[in-house]
Amino acid sequence: MPAEIEPSPAIAVEAALVEDLEDVTRGRLVLRRFLRKKIAVGGLIVLVLLIAFAFGGPYLSKWDYRSTDYNSFLQKPSSTHWFGTTQIGQDVYAQTLRGLQKSLVIGLLTAFFSTGLAAAVGASAGYFGGWTDRVLMWFVDLLLVLPQFLIIAILSPSFRGKTWLVFVFLLAAFSWMVTARIVRGLTLSLKEQEFVQAARFTGVPARKIIFRHLLPNMSSFLIIDATLNVGGAILAETGLSYFGFGVQSPDVSLGTLIAAGTRSAITFPWLFLFAGGALIITVLSVSVIGDGLRDALDPNSATSIKP
Amino acid sequence: MAKFLLRRFVNYLILVALATSLGYMVAATSLHPRSNFEGRNPPPPKASVDAKLDALNMNNETPVLTRFERWAVPALHGDFGKTIDGQKVSTEMGRRMGVTLRLLLIGSVIGGVLGVALGVVSAVKQYQFTDYSATIASFVVLSIPVFLLAVLLKVGALNVNNHVGHTLLYYTGEKTPGLGGGVWTHFTDRFQHFVLPTLSLVLGQIAFYSRYQRSAMLDVLGSDFLRTAQAKGLRRRDALIKHGLRTALIPMATFFAYEFGLLLTGAVFTEKIFGWHGMGEWFVDSVTKNDVNTVAVVTAFSAVLVLIAGMIADLAYAALDPRVRI
Repeated sequence: MPAEIEPSPAIAVEAALVEDLEDVTRGRLVLRRFLRKKIAVGGLIVLVLLIAFAFGGPYLSKWDYRSTDYNSFLQKPSSTHWFGTTQIGQDVYAQTLRGLQKSLVIGLLTAFFSTGLAAAVGASAGYFGGWTDRVLMWFVDLLLVLPQFLIIAILSPSFRGKTWLVFVFLLAAFSWMVTARIVRGLTLSLKEQEFVQAARFTGVPARKIIFRHLLPNMSSFLIIDATLNVGGAILAETGLSYFGFGVQSPDVSLGTLIAAGTRSAITFPWLFLFAGGALIITVLSVSVIGDGLRDALDPNSATSIKP
Repeated sequence: MAKFLLRRFVNYLILVALATSLGYMVAATSLHPRSNFEGRNPPPPKASVDAKLDALNMNNETPVLTRFERWAVPALHGDFGKTIDGQKVSTEMGRRMGVTLRLLLIGSVIGGVLGVALGVVSAVKQYQFTDYSATIASFVVLSIPVFLLAVLLKVGALNVNNHVGHTLLYYTGEKTPGLGGGVWTHFTDRFQHFVLPTLSLVLGQIAFYSRYQRSAMLDVLGSDFLRTAQAKGLRRRDALIKHGLRTALIPMATFFAYEFGLLLTGAVFTEKIFGWHGMGEWFVDSVTKNDVNTVAVVTAFSAVLVLIAGMIADLAYAALDPRVRI
């Protein structure tokens, strides 16, 4: 038996490979996996273009979403009014962009708050257990029984005339429940792991454990959930605004624009087609991005679209 | 089994009671029935407005808890008070409930069955043309809200009608009023009215269920028990349906319970846009009319439906998963 073991060439090669792999950080790996999904990348490009268009586009046209052109009522798209005009001479291009801005901002903010709230509630319920858990989950059950649309519609008179941020908070306040349940489940299995136990026994306070150990460990899920929630939030917002229960005039959202346009959808299609198209493209691109992120962050999950 | 179901039932009953109370409280504090009576010209004296509001139990100067008590106690006996126009809520509800229930039942059955079928086909033909087209179609459908889909269907129907030369598809109401003829005429007429509203609800349901069914089925397709079933001589088709589909259906029970709330919301849009006089249309009109009692009743109705869906999901779970012993 030789006294010392010479590293075999194979092992040396493997070590070099491992070193090479260690250069690839997790972030870069996720990015690489995401970029491989062409549909998701396409969705991201479309979304970025939409955001740029929504916020930069108004500067290209001389019309404001509030101004009216008394010389053209219900005109087809033309060189002066790119998307046509409404019954009272408003410029549809300016209105669509303003609506897109509002819907995008509301969707992004709502998704952010909703997932944040879900993370906080779900992790607390799972971590503390006992009565905290029981009370919070009862609350979740209760809110799940009342469809979000109904409760916000009933509340709508109370935020009429106030800032649209109230609407965002309401949308978030009634959309976090399902995510909270999943977060609770993840917390239950995470809190039995050694690193959490170690933190607890060295006296780290619960709040710190939740925010520093539990939530970062489910960040993949939270990111995916927040992305997918953007689409849901935009759909909820436009649905409520469609009936006048959401964004109030003189402000516009894609929902109010579509509602205004559908009354004469058949004769004057440009009144709703641009807003409707913008809505579909926005939600579609967000859901495709969410799907790509899921595959990139969590490769073991069942994929929906492959290439 | 009976004991488990009973416990669930009691739990659900409490949730319905809480949800209804919450719905009433929110409606009673947020809506302003007073403005319906005040905004007339010449302005009516305050005493007469108060008298009218008191008769309806909608006076905002009465403490909300007193109003709630006055509403809830008869409500337990099936008397839900009066609408803001002085009609009995229960009479109107009896007329409208059937319309919504029919829409929801057909929507969830057709949507569920076709969605599951499409998901299974998609999974079995993974990465083939069928799968890609189903995936793309369902992503697009899921990005179109019901109200936009309904409008697009209307425009499409108009084009179809123009093409055919006579009205093939109707998009207002449930039936042609004052239609003569026999049973068959009535049946076709109903069907012609029924196609578009149902499509506007069902397409989204199919897309939703097919997505989840596909991924559940894919998880199952690679499993050992399916291989074993085929190894013992079962044909692939039989193995897929008897062993694969049954297992892959289990998570669908949970999704059904969650999706039902969204279906309810969708029905509101469908009823409103296609002019079906159901609970959803009633709800939207009542919120604009500040009709507190009606709004509370529709909330209760939807809470009951969501919980029935939950109960069905529980039962389906128990029936499908042999590991669940109840």
